Amino acid sequence: MDRKTDLTETSTLSVAIVGSGGSGVVTIGKILLESIARFGLFALMSRSSGPQIRGGESAVMLRIGSSPVDSLDDDFDLLLALDWLNAERFSDEIPITENSLILADPDKGALPDHYNHTANRQLLTPLSELAKSIEQGRANMVGLGVLSSLIGLPRTIVCEAARDTLGQKGAAVLEATLKCIDLGYSETPEERYFAPLSAPETIQPRWNISGNEASGFGALQGGVRFVAAYPITPASEILEWLAPNLEKSGGSLVQAEDELASINMIIGASFGGVPSLTATSGPGLSLMMEGLGLAVASETPVVVSNVMRGGPSTGIPTKSEQSDLNLALYGFHGDAPHIVLSALSIRDCAFTTEWAVKLAETLQAVAIVLTDQSQGQARAVIQPPSRTSLEGKRKLASATEHYQRYALSEDDVSPMAIPGDSNCIYTADGLEHNQQGVPSAMAEDHQRQLDKRRQKLTRFDYGDDWAEITGEGDICLITWGSATGATREAAARLNRAGHPTQVLAVRLLAPLSVERFRQVTGSAAKLLVVEQNHGGQFFEYLNAQRALPQQAQSLAQPGPLPIRPNVIYNRIMQGL
Amino acid sequence: MHGPPPKPPLKAKDYKSDVKPIWCAGCGHFAVLSAITKALAHLSLPPEQVALVSGIGCSSRLPAYTHVYGFHGIHGRALPIATGLKAARDDLTVLVTGGDGDGFSIGGNHFMHACRRNLDLTYIVMDNEVYGMTKGQASPTTAPDWEQNSLTPHGTGLPSFNPAAIALASGAGFIARGFSGDPGGLTQLLIEGILYPGFSFIHVLSPCITYHPEQKEWKQSVHALTENTTADPVIAAQRVQENDRMATGLLFKAPSAQRQGSTQAAASTQQISEQFLVPS
Repeated sequence: MDRKTDLTETSTLSVAIVGSGGSGVVTIGKILLESIARFGLFALMSRSSGPQIRGGESAVMLRIGSSPVDSLDDDFDLLLALDWLNAERFSDEIPITENSLILADPDKGALPDHYNHTANRQLLTPLSELAKSIEQGRANMVGLGVLSSLIGLPRTIVCEAARDTLGQKGAAVLEATLKCIDLGYSETPEERYFAPLSAPETIQPRWNISGNEASGFGALQGGVRFVAAYPITPASEILEWLAPNLEKSGGSLVQAEDELASINMIIGASFGGVPSLTATSGPGLSLMMEGLGLAVASETPVVVSNVMRGGPSTGIPTKSEQSDLNLALYGFHGDAPHIVLSALSIRDCAFTTEWAVKLAETLQAVAIVLTDQSQGQARAVIQPPSRTSLEGKRKLASATEHYQRYALSEDDVSPMAIPGDSNCIYTADGLEHNQQGVPSAMAEDHQRQLDKRRQKLTRFDYGDDWAEITGEGDICLITWGSATGATREAAARLNRAGHPTQVLAVRLLAPLSVERFRQVTGSAAKLLVVEQNHGGQFFEYLNAQRALPQQAQSLAQPGPLPIRPNVIYNRIMQGL
Repeated sequence: MHGPPPKPPLKAKDYKSDVKPIWCAGCGHFAVLSAITKALAHLSLPPEQVALVSGIGCSSRLPAYTHVYGFHGIHGRALPIATGLKAARDDLTVLVTGGDGDGFSIGGNHFMHACRRNLDLTYIVMDNEVYGMTKGQASPTTAPDWEQNSLTPHGTGLPSFNPAAIALASGAGFIARGFSGDPGGLTQLLIEGILYPGFSFIHVLSPCITYHPEQKEWKQSVHALTENTTADPVIAAQRVQENDRMATGLLFKAPSAQRQGSTQAAASTQQISEQFLVPS
């Protein structure tokens, strides 16, 4: 039976807030996250809603810690319910235990059976009744006051965070909000349910950012100055962030008529010499495949930021899953070598996207970055992202008598001419071509260009950023993308339980550094590949690459629920 | 005064490459290629400042036959490639070439939206009412009763697509029809289209003598537009619906097209990152 390993093992606190559409759940979450950030702590905040994109019930889930938080916990310490309409829809997503505290409004009805039977600790406060005592008062802000008080956040910090978060809503709304928060604080009982949060002695610089914003920022940092894209959940926030920020940076964004257009638009812009990116999700990436093949054949650098959601088909657009790996790896027709990367956390969305842009530019290649809904649409308080040391500039053509766009060269990267250069005029082509770029169906030309396009990627030295390796031990947990957070936490629990465990989180999925992979995993007695999809796509890929020893096993769990650390922990413990 | 001697004026041949076209002898596209190079020479555009983008099909092979920057892309996607290039590089003169299948069937959605978007592109469609490269299937502009291909043994039975009407309805500001058999008139339309500061659509009747030998008769049926160019979309709509779709000339020209302003870099990424920084 699955059970929590040790209640006192971590110093994190997990809080969930639920309510029906319009009750203001997300506003509580935003102010709370900003308050935690200003207090000097770290946190991860996920959002969840029903299948509809707008309206309907919603929930936010926060995990607060004194160090950066990359995954949700197994269960929640505190649940604030503004009302119970459809709240049971979240019972899978927000597991509670007998130790959880439920904070609810008694005027919004009795606790549903599931919650009533599980949670021994209940605090009933008439949030809406209290809010009525304040002009324009709202129950959610009274709830925020009570919740913040319960977990020990200073009132002044919460009020400042509210002021900056709601500033544009006008003086009257702000005044009512601050009064409601104050009232919440004064209505909180003396009884201590939790050890109050404590601020660290020294506060490091921190960012409050979503995964999609981090991807957008990484793109900008990498040098992207043109974006074309078609709106899609859960990737649209990348575009909404980039549109104004590209403009500030001297770049531009075009909203395309469809994904067939967006991928070809960025190919055109990149041909013009401007580093270019599009963002999409599974259905869009499917439509882009032919265009991506053109970018491979014409050696035009482009980056696709693909924010994965439940599939196939329209699937579960608002929920997370790591199930586009096969498409990203194998979706192309012909032999089409390209780069596939995964972001290992919200913070890493910035680093990996920047790296992707610079790799694409350096190698005149296609780079697909896989992130997912659980990263993209979540916010976190993070340490400022790290930067790649790769310069990431395109190798440009210089004046020559007989310019050959697809010339064979030592590093297999041919100098690229940019329109405006009068000495190197050429035509880019998706038809197989000779070194000059003239269409050719000759066997020798095909072989040479295939070799060149593969070798430029496989011979490049990607350095240490291909993966992140943490810990050491006989047990090796292998993972990628957003599953990294829960996997590392499971490893920490295993280590504390006396089972030394290493985690290999792979950032560069293709081309896979098989030799380095084997060096890391070679001495492990027990190997488990952890990922959030149904088919074990990464496990199958590693086997196809002959990277894994025979005893390696797969833990593949589809979305929409996140992989909880204890699922991984228990899987290992059962096998020992 | 010292300095480099003035360059001799550019001639049409300066815009031609030494790659030999794959087109059949007698194909209308030769004359279109020639008209394009003449128009570029007339405008004295530096070859390195011109880009010619195409999709897939006989006419889409055209960029390789020119000495300007070219992109021979994939079927139906010439307009998106050109849109991205122009949006990112407003300093370039961007021309797009293709056929009726590439532009009106597989690329039909892009055609409408390029008209709407009204970027300063010149889109030249060589319409021969057939898919030549795949050996003679019916295209969107093929007559409904054309039974010469086994894929549609009883004809398509579908009304043929009216490109000028679609362009007008979609918001194109410059709509012209040319004929490969009238290279002088076509060159003039191309010059005007390139100069027009917005999306210009030039529909070129360009016979395929291999799969549509009867198009040799177009010489007799093509006629010059008798009315003056109009800037009134209502009048233009009537013309493109009522006439026999063989009238050449400038069918519609909107008075002014908005040019996209280019943006200037004002903020560094360091400055942009400050929005995420938590105040302490």
